[in-house]
Amino acid sequence: MRDLKIAKTDWAKGVEKLFGPYRVFGPKKEGLFHNFARLEKGEAPDFSCKNTRLSAKGLIYPQTEKMFEYTLDPNKPDHHVHKEPVKDYSPMAVLGIRPCDAKAFTLVKLNFDTPEYKDPYWIKNYAAATFVGLACDAPCHACFCTSAGTGPYDTAGLDVLLADAGDFFLAKVLTEKGEKLVAAAGWAGAGDAGAFEAKAKAAGDKVVSKVNTAKLAGKVTNDLHAAPFWEDLAFACINCGTCTYLCPTCWCFDIQDEVCGTEGCRLKNWDSCMYPLFTMHGTGHNPRGEKAQRVRQRFMHKLKYFVDKYGAGIHCVGCGRCVTACPVNIDIRRVAEIMNGYEPGKDCAV
Amino acid sequence: MQNPYFPYPVRIDEVITETEDKNLKTFKFVFLDPGDEKKFAYTPGQFGELSVTGKGEIPIGIASSPTEKGFVKFTVNKVGVVSTALHNMVPGDIMGIRGPMGNWYPWERMRGKNIVIVGGGFAFTTLRSSIVWLLDPANRKNYGDIHVIYGARSPGMLLYRDELMEWERRDDIHMHITVDRADTPDWKYNVGFVPAVTEAKAPPGDADTFAIVCGPPIMIKFTQPVLDKLGYSHDQIIMSLENRMKCGIGMCGRCNIGMEFVCKDGPVFTLNQLKKTPREY
Repeated sequence: MRDLKIAKTDWAKGVEKLFGPYRVFGPKKEGLFHNFARLEKGEAPDFSCKNTRLSAKGLIYPQTEKMFEYTLDPNKPDHHVHKEPVKDYSPMAVLGIRPCDAKAFTLVKLNFDTPEYKDPYWIKNYAAATFVGLACDAPCHACFCTSAGTGPYDTAGLDVLLADAGDFFLAKVLTEKGEKLVAAAGWAGAGDAGAFEAKAKAAGDKVVSKVNTAKLAGKVTNDLHAAPFWEDLAFACINCGTCTYLCPTCWCFDIQDEVCGTEGCRLKNWDSCMYPLFTMHGTGHNPRGEKAQRVRQRFMHKLKYFVDKYGAGIHCVGCGRCVTACPVNIDIRRVAEIMNGYEPGKDCAV
Repeated sequence: MQNPYFPYPVRIDEVITETEDKNLKTFKFVFLDPGDEKKFAYTPGQFGELSVTGKGEIPIGIASSPTEKGFVKFTVNKVGVVSTALHNMVPGDIMGIRGPMGNWYPWERMRGKNIVIVGGGFAFTTLRSSIVWLLDPANRKNYGDIHVIYGARSPGMLLYRDELMEWERRDDIHMHITVDRADTPDWKYNVGFVPAVTEAKAPPGDADTFAIVCGPPIMIKFTQPVLDKLGYSHDQIIMSLENRMKCGIGMCGRCNIGMEFVCKDGPVFTLNQLKKTPREY
């Protein structure tokens, strides 16, 4: 790890140089919101937003991704046999990702890169990416990252971390991938570790929203599952799925075939535990047929099953997107507090 | 990197209509690349994803036994888009299979023990795999008494009828076939629901006896109290679950019962294990 100082004029010139060796991605304003998008040469990543509307997960795990192609034409060789499509796994530079979103990839990796099975699409995309993070000096009002195992200056999952210091960026180069990228951009000015640390401390203190999750691991799964508060918590939910799509850690997907004429493909699409079809059996039987059961599943997964399964904290990085975007104001911070404080047989405030 | 989503290409070798309502067919598949058959090495109790190119995939228990070489067999009930498309396919058609997936019945743990197999309806597929495997001379000597209680709505709805009759004639397996109602006067086996026949015919539970239960939810619900009454410990009641699945490898997130995935951590669980989960199946 080493410290750099990058004048903003050098930053712009360096970004220019990344086009070529890298496919460059960064926040871009489209309509009302910023989202991550592929940038063309001459475009600069727009760092004026607090965070992108959608998380950065789609860069590695697209909302729709082609898994296989095939032909159903019996006159063609290998008809009905699945073929992997040719894909671009050349290096990607992801500029301006927030530390919470970068940390989220390290949690999602636990699902897609397991000792038994490897999801090649996710793993190859992730391996292709170099993440240049942008630390948060002004956290959003709904952020609770410091309660969710990360923070505004967290370096987990990042290759370079930038901190905005007015006319220049203070940077930490964290990995080999990061070294390669700063070399390609030509950023070399010596930095100031002390100033970086001071900014990090100040930013951490600004995240005032705190959530207690320490007792979740010690709870009995079936006690929480049978707790009386789920109907009340889920009452306002309209099962729109917004929370799951905006979430940087939600990873559930569907597999669908699509055919046009004799040519077809198999697709992997984001899915959501908020929808009844997610779990409906062929017979019509549905283990999570009721809204409250689905809301319970989402929070139990994030705050209990994941905690128990991996011992890596909660399945949430505290980005606050689901809190700000939920149309009925369901707040994961409140749900976490209720679950964390729940004792069977005792009254609980909902 | 091996792609766990890639279906091994197979050719349909034979299609057998199993039941009088024609809703259950057994498909015999041959791998296009014989090397894939070795990669598909399985143990009774596991399942595979049948991949109908252009339609999608369905998770189905493997009905053939590892002792049967050169093919794999699956029995499929016609319910949805993929199974309906599959039912319309004919020998020679090309499709795919992924797997084998999930865990299997605890054959090592049950070594030297008596086994009571309780099955109902079309959930008998992995139980057929198990019985064929158990009756193989190489395996039969490793297990004690074997009882099979298998029920269907009517004689015409029983799967694998020829084999059932063959097993009836053997003396190294105790068959207790039953139907909810016998519509032919020459029916010479049991009449009654599976739980009642289990109560009447199954040996009492003890340290040396395991029960494997696989069937529709209603059968499982009413069989469990019978097994309790017979003295089976919940650690020796083995159950095989079903849930909606897509990936089959514990990634897509829908088949979980608590932190366990039915596809990867199951489908086989002891009743004791299940009692610790929210049992969302």
